[in-house]
Amino acid sequence: MDVCGATEKRAYMSSRILCAVLALWLATPVASSAQDNDPEASAIWQKLRAGLFAGAPIEAGDHVVALETPKRAEDAAIVPVAIRAQFPQASERYIQKLWLIIDNNPSPIAAVFQFTLESGRADIETRVRVEQYTHVRAIALTNDGKLYMAANYVKASGGCSAPAGKDAAAARANLGKMRFRVDDALKPGQPTRAQLMISHPNDSGLAMDQLTRTYAAPYFVRSVEVRHDKKLVMSAEVDFSISENPNFRFYFVPGSGGELDAKVIDNKDLEFSASVRLDSARVGAASTVR
Amino acid sequence: MGALGRRELLLIACAAIAWPLRAWAEPPELREFELENPAPGVYVHYGAQAEMAPRNVGDVANLGFVVGQECVAVIDTGGTYAVGHALRLAIRRVTELPVCYVINTHVHPDHVFGNQAFVDDRPQFVGHARLAESMRRRGPNYLHALMRDLGAAAQGSSIVLPTRSIEGVARLDLGGRSLSLRAWRTAHTDTDLTVFDETSETLFLGDLGFVEHIPVVDGSLRGFLAAIDELKTIHAKRAIPGHGRASAWPSAIVPEEDYLKRLRRDVRAAIAAKIPLARAIESVGCEDADHWLLVDQFHRRNVSAAYAELEWGE
Repeated sequence: MDVCGATEKRAYMSSRILCAVLALWLATPVASSAQDNDPEASAIWQKLRAGLFAGAPIEAGDHVVALETPKRAEDAAIVPVAIRAQFPQASERYIQKLWLIIDNNPSPIAAVFQFTLESGRADIETRVRVEQYTHVRAIALTNDGKLYMAANYVKASGGCSAPAGKDAAAARANLGKMRFRVDDALKPGQPTRAQLMISHPNDSGLAMDQLTRTYAAPYFVRSVEVRHDKKLVMSAEVDFSISENPNFRFYFVPGSGGELDAKVIDNKDLEFSASVRLDSARVGAASTVR
Repeated sequence: MGALGRRELLLIACAAIAWPLRAWAEPPELREFELENPAPGVYVHYGAQAEMAPRNVGDVANLGFVVGQECVAVIDTGGTYAVGHALRLAIRRVTELPVCYVINTHVHPDHVFGNQAFVDDRPQFVGHARLAESMRRRGPNYLHALMRDLGAAAQGSSIVLPTRSIEGVARLDLGGRSLSLRAWRTAHTDTDLTVFDETSETLFLGDLGFVEHIPVVDGSLRGFLAAIDELKTIHAKRAIPGHGRASAWPSAIVPEEDYLKRLRRDVRAAIAAKIPLARAIESVGCEDADHWLLVDQFHRRNVSAAYAELEWGE
């Protein structure tokens, strides 16, 4: 019983702390419905904008980049997001970089993607965690140095859905497994879609350890690079705003045969790699190397 | 990316405001709280078939308690302090025996946010071995959403972590009456726990059992189906689902199983057809929508979760 008593005390204490975390969160201004239609009014965005883009003008994205998000995050842990370039990558005009920003997440800069001419199209689909009602934005940098933005407002999910993963233990057990899926119709010279799946907890570390009273260290994928025949087609700097088991769909321009390679590094500097041969393989089995 | 600073800040602020927080809360009263008594010593409160909202004060999950000769075990406490408080008053109308166990069948807010109402009874709070970690991960977000969606109706609600964790199976003694607890592998969530009262052969399913309320997948679809296979072999006189009314066992669980199997079939087909997640969420329909309540609230979410899981294959 002594042991139990001690455990109980700790439990109550941590419940108080969790409570207080919440109280503070509540006290900070949360995006209200008044902000729905005015992505510029977000204080977090103003700060990020100053930090990332200094005073550079950002134009409406209409003819450069489109952002697809659900209106409501059905499952807060797995919210599909698509950023679609409005033109193919061509030497006269192409997208070099895309920022994916989720204003009201603990870490708002969810991803920074880089593309090349080898990408074919600067499109990307991924899945993110959405903590609360928030603006989501895609900002594109084109090769002429101009910035364009598309923004949507996403409502958080209902009460019993949480941004945390489904099965943290399983995600840890399968750490670093990767898989490629490549569209069936491989047309040499034509932009072709591929998907990279990475088994990783991609954990925010916001859960507190009951015994040590400290937060777990965040554990997340920080960098992804995909090359086709050694030439970069897509890279991403990411963190735990990306869902458990990070997943990316993107384009590349296949030649005849060749390989698609992925190199993934997490924040403990573990390195994982996978590759798929493009001649006959449709769904690539992946190898993992640390 | 700035997360550490914010976290440290939170910790410091927590220490400053943790104590007065409980005194500050004046929880609302729940006016009606009905109790059914399906077997001697077994009591069930059926929650509303709805999402948590101010009008239902978070009273949307089924709750129960079992009375032994020495003490009482509570099975889930409702979605707010107010619901937990009403349950506690209801117990007091039935028996003077102390509450020695408060069992949470899983981490979801509609089952655990009434825990605070029992803290003064100093029971053991009992849950799945992973419940504490899951509550720590999800708790702050749940509490935030609860305050956002329910406002004043949620006052006094807080996260109370388990003090006893169950791995595999365990028995709790209530004096002349034993409860048999079983912790499941990831299914509805990764913290599912069922409770079997041996005396009355009553099985409390938690949210491994949905009746009328569309099933919700927040753990593993494959795990959920595997759990159902095993659950059906349990001999019980009655089974109390987490949502919806108890009926014949095990046939009560068949519609849930059918729904989940169709979900698996349809999501697999979408993945095989290379339909991306965002489109699958819209295109994978709910064939038996007429059978279920709350389809609009949960079906698309189930598709999301199933897709992310099944995409990895078997």
